[in-house]
Amino acid sequence: MDNNGSGEDVDNVVAMTQLNSSSDWSDLLQELSENKDKKIYIQLFSHFAPKVKAYIIRLGLVETTAEELMQETMLAVWRKAHMYNRSKAAASTWIFTLARNQSIDWMRKQKYPEYSLDEWIEEPDEHNHEGENLVTSDRMEKAISKLPENQAQVLYMSFFEGRSHSDISERLGIPLGSVKSRIRLASEKLKTMWRDDV
Amino acid sequence: MNIKHHLDEATLVSYAAGSMSQAMALVVACHISICPSCRERVSQSEAIGGILLDSLDEASISDDALDQVLACLDQEPEIDIEMIRTSKQHQPSSDLIPRPLQDCIGNSFEDIEWKRIVPGIYYYDLPFKTEKGGASRLMRIAPGKAMLPHSHDGNELTLILQGSFSDEMGRFTAGDIADLDSEIEHQPLVDSDEDCICLIATDAPLKFSTLLGKLVQPMTGF
Repeated sequence: MDNNGSGEDVDNVVAMTQLNSSSDWSDLLQELSENKDKKIYIQLFSHFAPKVKAYIIRLGLVETTAEELMQETMLAVWRKAHMYNRSKAAASTWIFTLARNQSIDWMRKQKYPEYSLDEWIEEPDEHNHEGENLVTSDRMEKAISKLPENQAQVLYMSFFEGRSHSDISERLGIPLGSVKSRIRLASEKLKTMWRDDV
Repeated sequence: MNIKHHLDEATLVSYAAGSMSQAMALVVACHISICPSCRERVSQSEAIGGILLDSLDEASISDDALDQVLACLDQEPEIDIEMIRTSKQHQPSSDLIPRPLQDCIGNSFEDIEWKRIVPGIYYYDLPFKTEKGGASRLMRIAPGKAMLPHSHDGNELTLILQGSFSDEMGRFTAGDIADLDSEIEHQPLVDSDEDCICLIATDAPLKFSTLLGKLVQPMTGF
């Protein structure tokens, strides 16, 4: 356990090496889950906090709220780190779900129904696709950028604007069934890339 | 549990994105907590969210954000992980009621204050309502009863918790989910010896009350 004052921690971080690939971040978060070390936490904070805030702003929340929810999300990273399991999710995925839940809980004043983590532990996974969390974000970004525009659009509207299927259907003036088939196509295309070329 | 009917891909993405109503999300979370294959699929959909998060341009955060958060960490009590794991094991669990639903209604269907619509058909409203109007409710339907044929303006999710029913889509038993949209018209008929208990959510509230309106009308079978 690191008991340095926060100022010293910040100085230490400057000297640390830059991490670039998403699997490195997952390794680092796994380390934090085993050992709650502030130096590790600060590195994760520096990388993810500005992205988490950007995500919350995209959801349509004002600056001050986004800042507050970002800080809550990053606190949750520390509090829940021991629940993180690298073989189940990449760091960015896990932190995304924390940010999503914080934002929804705030916007709806109601907890987002979650499937609980202990159930993950109870049932051993029969088909364990270790590989899929190791796909680099570069590659996935490329995959997303290759989606036809109308498919990428419905993904963005879902993830970044928090719009339901019927909401998207109204906005784009297309039938609900078309919204769903576009999302289905986009998602299945991305998942195929996960499975096939790791 | 032998689950044959699963969530639609588009539904999983919507849940992962956090873009569905609380009412729908409750049903999805319940199914996911008992269905390993949908759990695997939703984690892949959440990974899309992770990639999208990573691809965002950084927003500027306040200068003292890190200091503020670190100051909070210092006040955090030490967490004894072993203790958490042990206490979880002692939580009462129920085979029939998935955990996200247990958080709302407890461990037994018997303790619920069911409201009767007509003989053999009962409902209980869950406190999941949003400004957009989604609603969720438990239905308890006696053997041999059926709902009138109906279709939907929006999406409808039905998770079977006990008993079974059949409709044009097939036979649904405990753990199965019927993930329907507006294109499908169906008439579920309860074909188990015991009451069929389902958790239902829609994202088009108006149609939901219409469905309830239809339920109040004379039922097939009496």
